[in-house]
This record gives sequence, C-alpha cells and structure tokens, in this order.
Amino acid sequence: MSSDNRDQNRRDDRRQGGGRRFVRARKSCRFCADKVDYIDYKDAKLLGGYIPERGKIQPRRISGTCSPHQRMLATAIKRARNAAILPVATD
Amino acid sequence: MRVYEVLFIIAPNTEEGDIETLVTQLSDVITNQGASIAKTDRMGRRRLAYPIGKFTEGHYVVLTVEGTGSEIAEVERRMRVNDAIIRYITIRIDEDLKRADKFRARRAARAAASGGGRSNRRAEPVLPIGSDDDDEEDE
Repeated sequence: MSSDNRDQNRRDDRRQGGGRRFVRARKSCRFCADKVDYIDYKDAKLLGGYIPERGKIQPRRISGTCSPHQRMLATAIKRARNAAILPVATD
Repeated sequence: MRVYEVLFIIAPNTEEGDIETLVTQLSDVITNQGASIAKTDRMGRRRLAYPIGKFTEGHYVVLTVEGTGSEIAEVERRMRVNDAIIRYITIRIDEDLKRADKFRARRAARAAASGGGRSNRRAEPVLPIGSDDDDEEDE
C-alpha cells in the first residue's frame, strides 16, 4: 500500500538528517494486517469494536487505523446507524 | 450495470408467511423491471440498536440487485407505502466492489513481483545452535 512507500521515504530522510533517532510508531492498522478491501456495514461485530460507549466513531489516533481504512470504516458505521445496526451517538 | 444492496427492516409483528410474500413481491417488482437479484439474504429477527417507531426488533432482509437504477426507485416507492416496512436503505456497491478488486489485484501483482522474498526473509532468523552466547549465559 501507499503507506509502505511513505514509511520507506521517511526512513531515507532520517538517514540524510544524520543520526537523529526517532521512535517510529508501530504500524497497527488491523484492516491492513487482515488485508480488508471492503468494510461491510452489516458486520455489527466488527464495527462495534470501533464505537466506544458514547457511540462515537473511534478516532484514528486511538485505534491506529490507516487513513483509507478509517474512511471506509466511518462510511460503514454511518450506514449501519441508518440501518439501526449500530446506535447513534448520544449527547 | 450497477449493483445495489437494498436493505429493509420488516416490523416484528408480521407473520412469517407475510414476510415471505412481501419479499417475493418486492423481488418481483425488481425482476419485472428487467433487473436481476443476485442474492437474497434474510438476516432474520434481530434487535434494533434504537427503537424505530414503537418497535425494538425487526426482520432484516438484504437484496443484492443488479440493474440500472430505475427499478430501485420503484422498489423504494413501494417500500415507502408499505406499513410493514419500518426502514429501508439502498446502497450502491459496484464501485466499492471494483475498488476492492483493484486492491486485491494490486496485492497479487506485488506478491508475484517480489517472488516470495518476504516470506524467505521472515524465515531466516534461525536460533543459533552452539554459539558463543551460550557460554556467557551459564556463568
């Protein structure tokens, strides 16, 4: 995926920068690991893991989901809310 | 050709036989317009995440439709009129499926290009047998 390339680029930059050490966050997008291409809005069990008690969509910074998958996930969650599969966010 | 997913929720107080006829009725509406139904998925009775009207449960049915879009308008009109259907949602999925196919193809191409180099690399680290480290740890 494109994120692979980006990580590689970043590593090159670091070498040129000269010895500065960054701690690179571990890539932890679960959908990338599972090679998910399409997130089904009917999969309540999967989507439920990304909506904490309030019913809001969990931000990327918490779940570590990559940008493309977070977009797919958000769309799926919104669809599921319309279908009464997931609760809507309360207050 | 477009692919749609038509999801609708039937009121829980509907008889099993009535559900059956309702589903076939709507399916007929679709097929009569020249579209085809790729899949009929009856998810069955399940709890609603929030009450719709006065119902807290509903029968979920998903139709996967291949057609032009005009039949969707007709089915939606019918569903709107029908009191037994408490909610319906139509989603166009052909573009998403195409995108998913593209991703899959790209991944396959990449796997073929790297020629399993990755799996070799992962297999390489072998436990050092009888190496110098062993002696130091014993002390």
